[in-house]
Amino acid sequence: MSPQASGLRARAADKKSHNLEELADKAKVVRRHIIRMISEAGSGHPGGSLSMVEILVALFFHTLRHRPGEPDWPDRDRFLLSKGHGCPALYSVLAETGYLPVEELMTFRKLGSPLQGHPDRRLLPILEASTGSLGQGLSIAVGLALGARLDKRSCRTYVIIGDGESEEGQVWEAAMFAAHQKVDNLTAIVDCNGIQLDGFTRDILDMEPIVPKWKAFGWHVQEIDGHDFSQIFAAFKKAASTRGRPSVILARTVKGKGVSFMENNPAFHGKAPTKEQTEKALQELS
Amino acid sequence: MQEFKLGPATRDAYGETLLELGKENPDIVVLDADLSESTRTKKFGNTFPERFFNVGIAEANMVSVAVGLARAGKIPFISSFACFLLCKGYDQLRIGVAFPESNVKIVASHGGISIGEDGPSQQSVEDIALACALPGMWAVVPADQAATSALVRKAAEHVGPVYIRVGRPKVPIIYPDGGPFELGKAFVHRLGKDATIIANGLLLAEAFKAENLLRQKGLDVGVIDMHTVKPVDEDAVAEAARVSGALVTAEEHLLTGGLANQVVQAAARTHPVPIECVGIRDTYAESGTPEQLMEKYGLTASHVVRAVETVVQRKKRPSPVLAD
Repeated sequence: MSPQASGLRARAADKKSHNLEELADKAKVVRRHIIRMISEAGSGHPGGSLSMVEILVALFFHTLRHRPGEPDWPDRDRFLLSKGHGCPALYSVLAETGYLPVEELMTFRKLGSPLQGHPDRRLLPILEASTGSLGQGLSIAVGLALGARLDKRSCRTYVIIGDGESEEGQVWEAAMFAAHQKVDNLTAIVDCNGIQLDGFTRDILDMEPIVPKWKAFGWHVQEIDGHDFSQIFAAFKKAASTRGRPSVILARTVKGKGVSFMENNPAFHGKAPTKEQTEKALQELS
Repeated sequence: MQEFKLGPATRDAYGETLLELGKENPDIVVLDADLSESTRTKKFGNTFPERFFNVGIAEANMVSVAVGLARAGKIPFISSFACFLLCKGYDQLRIGVAFPESNVKIVASHGGISIGEDGPSQQSVEDIALACALPGMWAVVPADQAATSALVRKAAEHVGPVYIRVGRPKVPIIYPDGGPFELGKAFVHRLGKDATIIANGLLLAEAFKAENLLRQKGLDVGVIDMHTVKPVDEDAVAEAARVSGALVTAEEHLLTGGLANQVVQAAARTHPVPIECVGIRDTYAESGTPEQLMEKYGLTASHVVRAVETVVQRKKRPSPVLAD
């Protein structure tokens, strides 16, 4: 699906229009958390956290069937962050949905905190997996989805991977396996923000054209604007109704989205803002 | 001299036990990476196709899919050759299995050099070291059919990651009547007055042969089956060190990072005594018959005998006085 033309997009927008403003506000709140957390910690990954905020907000405030008061609910939809360095965004959304006290966000990366530099299930058991070594989350998500299928649960598994992360060979092992097993209770979202640690993905190891790659691996493929809630909802809906094969949503996003000097700037892949930059960022996000 | 009847390979015992476990527990799932014929997981796969996943030749994916299945409440057993499973899946074992303490059972076949002719790319001399290096990972090397069957069952009951090495060749029957096997608890056959051999896997039979040969030479030697390398049974090591005053370790593995490493540390912590170690020196092996390789790389009863004689000599010598 092209980002422009979509009847589904319009329908989803109509249905959820009463919500869209609220969700946009929520995204702003989450972005402010991200900036404050990383600033307070003095380290972390702002760029790839900011790029997937709308996707996470759409999942946790709209699409996922989950119960923050009952995190072990067996029929919950599963969510897994494979690009673990983006965890400030995940922690913030978990706090905003009631899984964590909001105050706890400021303990990010500090000794004894459950909010480790990369997601750690030992200390934060509500996570589906510990991640941080790239390339493994899609395989784990396939395992979660197969487990749900064996138990005949109707839940769905969602996983976010990075476009840089997709350079890992294991992503494609998992892609082949999921298609072969017809794992259709799985939606993978690729946060295509175009930047990895050392620079622009197109310069380091170009994954384009990415759409035909996923199609050739047997997946149902959609390409959307990853900051447009109506497109995100429409894509989630279409993915969930796809039978016989797994679904991937290639979300075109802007690394560092929402903070002018971080947008499309490889320098903010893994660097904390200075005090002045933090203030400027928070002003822009107010 | 004590003769052992030849029994099935430990991989055969694994395959049979897995099938039984599958019948008893619907949560057991099995994954293999295109070696199910060789690892013997195929029997499970034929009987329970819906709970068996052949992931193809993609070990890394196999390990991580098992992590997801474990999180979904299943008890995944994953199998391949030891060298491929440990080396190609190591980062996945590290961050997916060991680090979050996932309930995944790793049963790797074709451990050691006794696979023979396929040569060093398929042999596994470092798998125990790799498994032991992962925090929280248990590492087990059973010696025969009964031990394998019992320890695979214990691993299924144990909550947490367990690595079990099984082998290709038919092996001597050490435990015709079975026996009590507990993960982390050594099977102490006897403690010797002169020395005790602490062995596992294929070297356990060699240890018993050595014990007999040494008895003819007037030495009283005991044998311990240290099937669980990690966590090592420190009490058993300490007791053997106290009673025997000298120890020999014997394993089909590099001398670095395996049984020798664990026993030496345990003795050093509890009751330091002279220790000699039988195992593979710092090298890969080659193609050949299993017997030729075990002889060439120093893994037979006669090698164990020499190690015992050496350690007994060392025990008799007065403690060395350190020069300035």
